[in-house]
Amino acid sequence: MSAIVAEHDEHHDHDDHGPAKGILRWIITTNHKDIGTLYLIFALAMFFVGGVMALIIRAELFQPGLSFVEPQFFNSMTTMHALVMIFGGVMPAFVGLANWMIPLMIGAPDMALPRMNNMSFWMLVAGVVLLSSTLFMEGGAPAAGWTMYPPLVLQTGKALPFAIFSVHLLGISSIMGAINIIATIFNMRAPGMTLMRMPMFVWTWVITAFLLIAVMPVFAGAVTMLLTDKFFETSFFDAAGGGDPVLYQHIFWFFGHPEVYILILPTFGIASTIIPVFSRKPLFGYSSMVYATAAIAFLSFIVWAHHMFTVGMPLAGELYFMYSTMIIAVPTAVKVFNWTATMWKGAMTFETPMLFSISFVVLFTMGGFTGLMMAIAPSDLQYHDTYFIVAHFHYVLVPSAVFMIMAAAYYWLPKWTGNMYNEKIGQLHFWLSAVSVNILFFPQHFLGLAGMPRRIPDYAVQFTDWNMISSIGGFIFGFSQLLFLYIVVDTIRGGTGEKVTNEVWEGALQYGGGMTQGLEWTLPSPPPYHTFGEAPEVVVIEYEH
Amino acid sequence: MSTSHGYYIPHKATWPVLVTAGLLCMLAGFAGYLNGSSSGSGFMLLGFAIFIVMLAGWFTLQAGESESGTYNTQVGISFRMGMMWFIFSEVMFFAVFFGTLWYTRNLSVPWLGGEGTGAATKELLWPSFEAKWPSNGPKHLVDGKPDGGEFEAMGAFGLPLLNTLLLLSSGVTCTWAHHGLLAKNRDQLIKGLIATVTLGFLFVLCQATEYHEAYTEMGLTLGTGIYGSTFFMLTGFHGFHVCVGAIILSVVLFRSWKGHFKPENHFAFEAAAWYWHFVDVVWLGLFIFVYIM
Repeated sequence: MSAIVAEHDEHHDHDDHGPAKGILRWIITTNHKDIGTLYLIFALAMFFVGGVMALIIRAELFQPGLSFVEPQFFNSMTTMHALVMIFGGVMPAFVGLANWMIPLMIGAPDMALPRMNNMSFWMLVAGVVLLSSTLFMEGGAPAAGWTMYPPLVLQTGKALPFAIFSVHLLGISSIMGAINIIATIFNMRAPGMTLMRMPMFVWTWVITAFLLIAVMPVFAGAVTMLLTDKFFETSFFDAAGGGDPVLYQHIFWFFGHPEVYILILPTFGIASTIIPVFSRKPLFGYSSMVYATAAIAFLSFIVWAHHMFTVGMPLAGELYFMYSTMIIAVPTAVKVFNWTATMWKGAMTFETPMLFSISFVVLFTMGGFTGLMMAIAPSDLQYHDTYFIVAHFHYVLVPSAVFMIMAAAYYWLPKWTGNMYNEKIGQLHFWLSAVSVNILFFPQHFLGLAGMPRRIPDYAVQFTDWNMISSIGGFIFGFSQLLFLYIVVDTIRGGTGEKVTNEVWEGALQYGGGMTQGLEWTLPSPPPYHTFGEAPEVVVIEYEH
Repeated sequence: MSTSHGYYIPHKATWPVLVTAGLLCMLAGFAGYLNGSSSGSGFMLLGFAIFIVMLAGWFTLQAGESESGTYNTQVGISFRMGMMWFIFSEVMFFAVFFGTLWYTRNLSVPWLGGEGTGAATKELLWPSFEAKWPSNGPKHLVDGKPDGGEFEAMGAFGLPLLNTLLLLSSGVTCTWAHHGLLAKNRDQLIKGLIATVTLGFLFVLCQATEYHEAYTEMGLTLGTGIYGSTFFMLTGFHGFHVCVGAIILSVVLFRSWKGHFKPENHFAFEAAAWYWHFVDVVWLGLFIFVYIM
């Protein structure tokens, strides 16, 4: 480490620092682009691991009866699929995008705290290692659902403490990542990049980071109490000792509801970045987008018990959580209308990132509407814990969060690699995904309304047809993602052979920033290892009304 | 490397991944220990040792960089933001346990006693349970009589009051030390820190005595229903934070003695002081809500 101090002595040699050689480059890197790449590759790998688990679930549900797996293992799969996809897939993908893009978008030389940046990635790996190790333990992986409600979760075998400590590590990783992002955004912006000029992706991420710092410790506290209830004789969630299992649900969802917005806010930011570029129009209602994001984040803290309408709550509580939940539709609708208005009369083109973005606006809106249906407490008594909720949250996670992560990859891969991806295969990937995702999840609405419960490996025969259709959609969707893997690998290795310009997409410079030129598009493609050692000039775009 | 405007960007950090490895080894070992594995505690101690050594290495590096003037004001702002939001995350962590105390005391125990919609629970399960605080829950009742699970609640005005005075005065000595640092009075800085650290460890000693008394004489343990659970969880995590804070302050003391810190550049001192005051404020919350009320 003395090398670093020595380097400091020769003060102005900053551009000739390359990465370390070989595999060590990736282990000890503090470079935001390297760490972003690590996060993204890790997320892609977890996306496939979680995807395999999903296909095991869909294979088992293809027909009634027990076909392939034991019920215990089935429940482990539903639990681990959720944990892997949320904490290993979607969240790391967003942190990876944040690492790569936020310094480039605000004109910063790197993340504010580069060593901690390295540590937060390795903490994530450590957490996932602990979590995955439970698959091979006596008693199997956790099988009580990702929500880990007591008392059921306390029946977990040897896996329980490992799962709990994995949550702690993942929480530490997320908090460190979030602190880094906040410090970067508030302390590292180039002169002229004022807060209300920042790209929407940066705005949505800074708000997401606040959510993370506020709620990850809450989750850590909740699982710590599970640990002490199991191993140290405490009675937090045990009525016989004066505690209450419902208390866990309150604490969990105080974390859990902001958590689901952590999964969707950066999605909004990506959509707000891509849609203007391919519509050749500035984002409609920039400031209302910022305020809507903040409003959604605030509301996420005061609506948690709508996940618990059937658990037994005083009537006043049911009513309060019902109405407060419905209010979320207002800022969310502001966003959907703004995206639509951005496209209105735009000179639109339909490259793969834009296709994914448009399908996101449509399918996310559907997921939002089913959310409103469930917000109505009396109706929710019918929907609760059925496949209707499974359909709902998969609509806001897969064709929303996951689609926009893939849109972001298509949008920025040429910038990252300097190579163009194969547009034909990209569009094939889009159409296969967009069609199959609906075959996969739309029938689950019907199943849920008809009363099929979630997290059960078997079902009554009348549910067979829609389950078969859903499983077929699931397998098409799953295997279509191999095209994405192919495209990513192919683009890194040269893609179409066409060298891309700095701007990559026509109009990206003008419309790809917030209220300024998109800074990342002023850089070469691929950008050098270190960028913005010198603060760039921020060009504000004046729009005529 | 440092950028043209002087923001120091470190390269090739080996400490973070090693710290992480230590933490992983420690937690995996602890999990194994809880599962009854014989090698669990060994891995736990090994991991803890790795964690501490690597952390020490990392901090030594940062202290050296700080003293050699590597960090400019903007880097200092990043550090301060980092510390500030880290403390906020700690606030949220403690909020969970304060919330738990509020919920159990005002909702779940009264419900078990038949209040509100809890009438059926009481009648069917534990008809003789009377809601009161402190409570160890209905499980210690056999035919309406205690089964030997009697306990004594922790009073507020013995050791806890002394502890309050200890921590509050340590906050004062910490600020006095800071004034010494700002006034370039190294003697005052060191004396202030010695006093703060001493008071901090005295607090921990008093708390250990209190715990010993609770376990041996008062029948108050982690297993004493919800009162014991919330009492030990809140005060225990707080005590742990006092230990960590006192260790951080000891490092700051050591560095002060070595001549580190300047009036215009002493982030480590500030961070330690912020943390110490945070621990102080949490204690005031504990003293009011756990002990007095």
